[in-house]
Amino acid sequence: MTPSMVILLTGVLCAVACSLLGTFLILRRMAMMTDAISHAILPGLVAGYVIAGGSNLLVGAAGAAGAAMLTVTLVEALRRTGRLDGGASIGIVFPAMFALGTVLVTRYFAGVHLDTDAILYGNIEFAFFERLYLGGHDLGPQSLWVMGGLVAGNLTFLLLFFKELKLTSFDAGLAAAMGFSPLVLHYTLMLVLSFTTVGAFTAVGAILVVALVIVAAATAYLLTERLIAMVAGSAAIGAGSAISGYWLAIRIDGSVAGAIVTMTGVCFGLALLFSPSSGLVSRARQHRQNRRRFTLDLLIAHLGSRERSGQPGSGATAAQLGAALRWPASQVRSTVARGIAEGMLTQAERGVRLSPTGRAAVDGMRRT
Amino acid sequence: MTVLHDLIFDYTLRNVALGSMLLGIISGVLGSYAMLRRQGLLGDTLAHAALPGICVAFMLTGSRATIVLLLGAGIAGWLGTMLLLHTVRETKLSEDTMLGVVLSVFFGVGVLLLTMLQHWENANQAGLDRYLFGQAAALVAADVRLFAILGAVALLVVALFAKEFKLLAFDPAFAGSLGWPVRGFDVLLTSLLIIAVVIGLQTVGVVLMAAMVIGPGAAARQWTDRLHVMLPLAGVFGGAAGVIGAVISVQAARLPTGPMIILSLTAIVVASLLLAPRHGLVPEAIRRRGHHARLVAPSLSRGDPA
Repeated sequence: MTPSMVILLTGVLCAVACSLLGTFLILRRMAMMTDAISHAILPGLVAGYVIAGGSNLLVGAAGAAGAAMLTVTLVEALRRTGRLDGGASIGIVFPAMFALGTVLVTRYFAGVHLDTDAILYGNIEFAFFERLYLGGHDLGPQSLWVMGGLVAGNLTFLLLFFKELKLTSFDAGLAAAMGFSPLVLHYTLMLVLSFTTVGAFTAVGAILVVALVIVAAATAYLLTERLIAMVAGSAAIGAGSAISGYWLAIRIDGSVAGAIVTMTGVCFGLALLFSPSSGLVSRARQHRQNRRRFTLDLLIAHLGSRERSGQPGSGATAAQLGAALRWPASQVRSTVARGIAEGMLTQAERGVRLSPTGRAAVDGMRRT
Repeated sequence: MTVLHDLIFDYTLRNVALGSMLLGIISGVLGSYAMLRRQGLLGDTLAHAALPGICVAFMLTGSRATIVLLLGAGIAGWLGTMLLLHTVRETKLSEDTMLGVVLSVFFGVGVLLLTMLQHWENANQAGLDRYLFGQAAALVAADVRLFAILGAVALLVVALFAKEFKLLAFDPAFAGSLGWPVRGFDVLLTSLLIIAVVIGLQTVGVVLMAAMVIGPGAAARQWTDRLHVMLPLAGVFGGAAGVIGAVISVQAARLPTGPMIILSLTAIVVASLLLAPRHGLVPEAIRRRGHHARLVAPSLSRGDPA
């Protein structure tokens, strides 16, 4: 396998592993826990480094996962005191953990290869060269094993607990009443998330993990309301962003991780604008249609009440309508034109009056 | 006493301590509003969203002057916030999802730009990545003056609109029903927060800024239920954390300033959560034990079932 194939595959697997979890984090309104965990693992990594006496994948991952669980527990404990809301608890805990990690690194490991740039950017570019050895055999790039394992693990987790995750995400109260413990599942999900973060962290760095977990899932959420479609869609969007992001990074000679995240951002932006169900464009169009519908209804209702109060057939001029409804002339003109086009109004000797269709519509309004 | 002497006469320490103190005061006051409005993590998102702005400002002007880069940071942070607020209002995406989306996408774009600059210009962007981790030790007198001016403007605006911001923090729906331009005040308050964040980028860096925004307010909130007490108190806590962190980091070799400020602040928050007379956990436990002794224990000894 060529180095670029390894990078590409690592990116795709990493994006899929992360975005599989994103759906549930978004639905549980815990997106920012990803941010907290991805930063808070730093002191855990340092502790793992100290314990193992060097860079060791398993010990480092265990330390990081320990730090992540500590963070989750502390955030939950702070929130439960009732003194701080969830966001503030997160914002107190993870900077403290990150600060502790930074102090440890600068004080004890200034020269060691645990450099801070890699923490923020990751080093997916070197994926090919970091290889996994077992008993002296070269088993191929380590990142592929790690990311592949994460995808398999996360898929298994979702398949095993899909029903429980669905129930606790949408109705924690019901889940508790039925005997599922939302708390146990919360901590299980957090544990899976921390392993994923630790694994992905080496490839794309702390903050970009957040993008892979959240942004693809948020994009899918804009496009569908079905849970299965959302999970599958976010994995597909993640994979697509990884491929197009790698291409972008090569084209403009920039960071692969940064480019992948930029592409997830592009996907999100497109969905935000053009999603048929909840995009900004379709919502703006809906708004405009509603406004037009409503102004026309208002106009014919007004004409209806004029007729009942005894000026049948004579019609109303634009000036009269404008004065009665307090509309500017342009709005009267456009609404009248629309009413005639829709067959609700007809020309009268002076201005317009209701057509038979329009009168039926007004009667319909009066009945409801 | 040497610490006190150094604080006044040592050029570096004086600037670092003054700059950190100003940052603490400003982010403490403005962060209190953010915390009361349950937008604590907005500071975190703003700080990350500023990165592409710094890069673009550098690309456009080629200047590494603080004011230029901070202006770029402010504009990017402002755009990110407007996108966030608009999207939360118009779509089904929740606030915390959008906080994460804006934070990570803006930051990702920033990383991409930063690496492009690195590759294009023979790593000549050295001044830029100090905003990631902050470099309080590099603060100079001009920076401190800039902080002081920006901070004074921000606090002046807070003083002018004290009543409006208070209602906005506690009952925005009522403010709207009074016919106030709630969205305008919302934008104004957020823009002020951006000033605090932009100052913090240089001092404590992107990641730790979240705590600078939330910490002082969270600590002050435990000591009082009155906003006009809480705001100055948050300023004092933030300022104190700044000075303490700066002094500690100078005392011992190889202790980075930004993280020491955050750890000092965390200590203040934890102490307040535990010990504050009104809302602290320890006084509450003591009170509860008192209630227990007064109410439950006598009834037990009388043999009542409850």
